[in-house]
Amino acid sequence: MRELETFSSWVKDRHEYAKDWKKRTGGRVLGYFCTYVPEEILYAAGVLPVRVLGSHEPQNVTEPHIFGMFCPFCRDCLAQGLKGRYSYLDGLMIAQSCLHIRQAYTSWVLHIPIGFSYYLCMPHKVQSKRSYKFLRGELETFKNAVEKWTGRKIEEAALREAIQVYNENRRLMRQLFDLRKREEPPISGEEAMTISLAEQMVDKKEHNAALKELLGKLPQRKRERPTGTRLMIVGSEDDDLAFLHMVENLNKDQYPATFVIDEHCTGTRYFWNEAPEDSDPLMAIARRYIERPPCPSKDWEERKRIPHILQLARDFKVQGAIVMQQKFCDPHELDTVAIRKALEKEGIKTLFLEFDVTVPAGQFRIRVEAFLETLKQEDLF
Amino acid sequence: MAERKGKYPTEPLKCWEKAKKIREDYYRNYATAHERGGLRWAGGAWSFDAIPAGLGEDVYPLTSEPYGASCAYNKPFSLRCLEATEKAGYARDLCAYMRNYWGSILLNEYVFGGPFPKPDFLWQDHICCSHAKWYQVVSELEGGIPHFCIDVAVGPETEINENKIEYIVGQMHDGIEFLERVTGRKYRDDLLIKAVKNHFRSTSTWAKVCELNKNIPAPLDEKTMYSLYVLGTLHKSSQVVADFYEELYKEVKDRVERGIAAIPNERCRVMSDTQPPWGFLGVFRYLEKFGCVSIGSLYTFGLIGAWEVDENGEWVHRKTPMERGVTINDRDSALRALAEWELHKPEWQHFYSPQLKSEMMIRIARQWKLNGVMLHYNRGCEGLSLGIAENRLALLKAGFPVMIFEGNMGDEREFDMTRTMSRIDAFMETLGMKKEFD
Repeated sequence: MRELETFSSWVKDRHEYAKDWKKRTGGRVLGYFCTYVPEEILYAAGVLPVRVLGSHEPQNVTEPHIFGMFCPFCRDCLAQGLKGRYSYLDGLMIAQSCLHIRQAYTSWVLHIPIGFSYYLCMPHKVQSKRSYKFLRGELETFKNAVEKWTGRKIEEAALREAIQVYNENRRLMRQLFDLRKREEPPISGEEAMTISLAEQMVDKKEHNAALKELLGKLPQRKRERPTGTRLMIVGSEDDDLAFLHMVENLNKDQYPATFVIDEHCTGTRYFWNEAPEDSDPLMAIARRYIERPPCPSKDWEERKRIPHILQLARDFKVQGAIVMQQKFCDPHELDTVAIRKALEKEGIKTLFLEFDVTVPAGQFRIRVEAFLETLKQEDLF
Repeated sequence: MAERKGKYPTEPLKCWEKAKKIREDYYRNYATAHERGGLRWAGGAWSFDAIPAGLGEDVYPLTSEPYGASCAYNKPFSLRCLEATEKAGYARDLCAYMRNYWGSILLNEYVFGGPFPKPDFLWQDHICCSHAKWYQVVSELEGGIPHFCIDVAVGPETEINENKIEYIVGQMHDGIEFLERVTGRKYRDDLLIKAVKNHFRSTSTWAKVCELNKNIPAPLDEKTMYSLYVLGTLHKSSQVVADFYEELYKEVKDRVERGIAAIPNERCRVMSDTQPPWGFLGVFRYLEKFGCVSIGSLYTFGLIGAWEVDENGEWVHRKTPMERGVTINDRDSALRALAEWELHKPEWQHFYSPQLKSEMMIRIARQWKLNGVMLHYNRGCEGLSLGIAENRLALLKAGFPVMIFEGNMGDEREFDMTRTMSRIDAFMETLGMKKEFD
């Protein structure tokens, strides 16, 4: 489908896109780690925020910088910087989340010259009423820093416009994902992941335009394969398109399967909720990030992820869940036991997988095939 | 075994038995608190233990990192704990203290004997990803214990501002409401103020003790210091710990004045980093065979100790708010002083940048006159191993030889004693040290 190819090419040629955007607009590009970064403020300043992701290639450049007990994703991200693949970045930032990805940021700013760097103290206790005022204050300080960096005042109108653009993107993404609730979703999990990855790399206005075009045609699309088992993917950062491709094409005749929803930070957690548009813009942004589906590192004292995951599973009629995480990801390891228990109690079988920089296709193929076979057998009885 | 000889006199610490007794009383008092109508709470060693103190004088904490370390020291017990958590589905690369602690709950065994004493509430703070989540799981494993956690991850000491302090102090006030609600007790501000002042005394005085190790010969070695600093991790806001540290300071100062050394053959000085492998503290005694003393570490100095840089650029103990003339006369002023004080904690700084930790380590290496550094790449603690590879690079760049050894503070399956000893042999050789006795 031609409309889908736009998103694929953005993901595939992400660096070329960013370089071209700079040339076209004269704007600055900032790389960011973690989806708690308040992109609206950057957007209002005419800066393109692009999420730093790994390349899924084996690498040997991070060993002196990050101890091997930390997740492969953070090392893969740092490797991209050390290899010069993001040399076009004008700035780099992180919003406080897990300790692992933080090291990709801190080592990057220590060893790779960059004009602007910022560590945003995103609160961890998002369940505290105190976090709103605190984050608003941190956002104000951040806004001042961005203004100083760009030499450009961020007017309230620009902030409001940025919120509108981002909210529109979130609404469109929800519309797109709602189509996956259908008995025969017109889009595969791999395609949906491609679109949500692309939105973290390109100008939101362009992404919105492409989404509108896609949404004009997608509802009529008939896929040439059965949906099969409806799967959910739950977990940490996941941009392993190769894994989704493998599962959805594993054994199409005997055990067809389609990912119909996800709960991870490269997917729905990134775009699920909007910022309120009727209040002080900085407080609106603070509310949006505090109230979004939480990263496990911020999901305490109460577990709010679990009811959200179960609701997604019900809404999207999920039959099986692949609970996956980056190897050594402590925050997710601290949720996995409770999540699997809750899903199993709901009658949804789970398969747990640990991801590394590369996907061990052979091992995962066997495990996923066995999982799908198990799910299918239940139908017989 | 050949007798070690040296140029310095040495003698045991006089207050050693007292330190042991404080620790024993602490664990016993916690376990038996209910027999006396008292309350039990559990939380981390960094939690603001002065705040629950306002509930009464019969409130006893169990700080879980030192508890996990005690489990790890008892290797057979620890192994059973670790296997119990793995059987329950938890990953074996999680915090080793946490897994030992959870294992005690799952086995229903207290490492000091008897069933595991269930706390009445959980009181924690959060800067490491595992902190709040640790107790989320504890609450679940124990059938739903009330849990309150304060987020203290608001940035390094160089960036403290009113917004950050207000966030923490606001949570502390909410925490006191939580404590009153779950215990049904009326909160006493006078007890809070007393505990907060004890906290300042304990943490400042421990740093004063560590400062004395700048002397040659060092009056204390790190293995001994582990048994002393731990009291601050158990109950830093208690009168008994604050008073003990003042007594300890006097004794160590006297040792310095009389030239009493920790090891008689001191010829080489190193520091370590992060928690040691608790089941293998023999590593530190092995160093002594080369005339090498580990004088401490940022970990032993700064986990509990409060520090500041003086006008000469020296790293010295932090003057207490009382010494600075800060008025602490009500709940809010006590909480505010406590929050501000803790935001300067050395071991909280590296959560924002390894550079901040490297600067402190290099300062120690220079001011404590070190010949080298031994970094424990500790698989058991992601919080304190954070940025450790960058610390290594920075120390090397500053001109200090660095040896690394990989291990785990609380999971004996991840520590290779023989390999570590071989590394020490090689490291000592590079420092020009020869083994003096076997």
